[in-house]
Amino acid sequence: MDWGALHTILGGVNKHSTSIGKIWLTVLFIFRIMILVVAAERVWGDEQDDFVCNTLQPGCRNVCYDHFFPISHIRLWALQLIFVSTPALLVAMHVAYRRHEKKRQFRKGDQKCEFKDIEEIRKQRFRIEGSLWWTYTSSIFFRIVFEAVFMYAFYFMYDGFRMPRLMKCNAWPCPNTVDCFVSRPTEKTVFTIFMIAVSSICILLNVAELCYLLTKFFLRRSKKAGNSKQQPNHENKEETKQNEMNELISDSCQNTVIGFSS
Amino acid sequence: MSWAFLRDLLSGVNKYSTGIGRIWVAVVFMFRLLVYVAAAENIWKHEHDEFECNIKQPGCENVCFDHFFPVSHIRLWALQLIMVSTPSLLVVFHVAYRENREKHHNQKLYRNPGKIDGGLLYTYLISLILKTGLEIVFLVLFYKLYNGFKIPHLVKCDIKPCPSTVDCYISKPTEKMIFLYFLVATSCLCIVLNLSELSYLIFKYSIKCYLKRHMKKQQ
Repeated sequence: MDWGALHTILGGVNKHSTSIGKIWLTVLFIFRIMILVVAAERVWGDEQDDFVCNTLQPGCRNVCYDHFFPISHIRLWALQLIFVSTPALLVAMHVAYRRHEKKRQFRKGDQKCEFKDIEEIRKQRFRIEGSLWWTYTSSIFFRIVFEAVFMYAFYFMYDGFRMPRLMKCNAWPCPNTVDCFVSRPTEKTVFTIFMIAVSSICILLNVAELCYLLTKFFLRRSKKAGNSKQQPNHENKEETKQNEMNELISDSCQNTVIGFSS
Repeated sequence: MSWAFLRDLLSGVNKYSTGIGRIWVAVVFMFRLLVYVAAAENIWKHEHDEFECNIKQPGCENVCFDHFFPVSHIRLWALQLIMVSTPSLLVVFHVAYRENREKHHNQKLYRNPGKIDGGLLYTYLISLILKTGLEIVFLVLFYKLYNGFKIPHLVKCDIKPCPSTVDCYISKPTEKMIFLYFLVATSCLCIVLNLSELSYLIFKYSIKCYLKRHMKKQQ
């Protein structure tokens, strides 16, 4: 059970995400989880062993380390990644529930069901509308909240994002104010800033996705309201079908022209 | 979840690349990723423990190590590998977008969604330019951070709390230098491959364009 398992779980959600959601997932895996596993863990690997205090008093080093690093950066990042990935599970569960319902309908022999076999149901990609829209939107909202909370917790716990070289410690049993030196402070500052920057990018992507979903929702609603005020339904359906055909023809013409000119 | 992820990513990218692009993937995989995982990582593993200063003052070693190695070579190498592989994802996304569009309209809109033509050509060229740019950025970063690609045996350090100028010894400097030169050589090779792929594609499509226009004029 490691980050690979998370990849398996979230990979399934990817199919039902919007394009921005897919970009978010890629950024999460390549620029956060991979960097954490491959680089950051090594940088923080020797943090306690190489935390050196200018005293021979036993226990002083341990107490000072614990005072300045209540929870290590690496552990906070791991928690952040887990919390931020978890709302996607809501979507995965909702999709699984819908699939289960469709399979039940199919098995009952319901004539409304349009699938030919169970395999098609398993492979089907659900559109983000109806109750799934609400689940998806709330998962994005929770993602944003968790990201912001963790970023604030970081800032609050470590008084900013810089790792100082030297810390002065006078916790008991240190005999007086003792100089303690952190290992690799510059490298740690660089990686902290990198991870914070990528978190901010992820927050922006999530906000953009939320705006996109809300815009689509309101547009769809206004279209429905506009359509219901106009002519009877069956005439409208003919028109929209003709419009779609025209769009398709013009699209395919454009593509063949582009294809030939290059 | 580690370098295997990058390996899978690169294999996915391979499908939509030109011949030179596939050579690039092979070079990155065999001469950079594999060398990194199998050899380089172990050389830099205990760099901090084995960095020794001629002094007993607590904290002096930490501070001197941090001064001479703000970001370790091996971390820069890992970041370079990740950043240089990422632009290829643009091509994968574009092909996925094309296939999605075809599915959405339930019609064959492209002769072959994976073929490099039209908008995909521009995406491919942009990814090549980004790859080359990132390679050059990292090489310059290495050069600037470490004053060249040499690793000295001995560095002199006089930062507080070191009481005076202190001799500090780096572990395995020659081996690190050899692998650093290897890294630079493979980066340069990848830059050359990217530039030749760029010129090949531009040349090929300009000739095609010119011939088509010429045929149209004749008609």
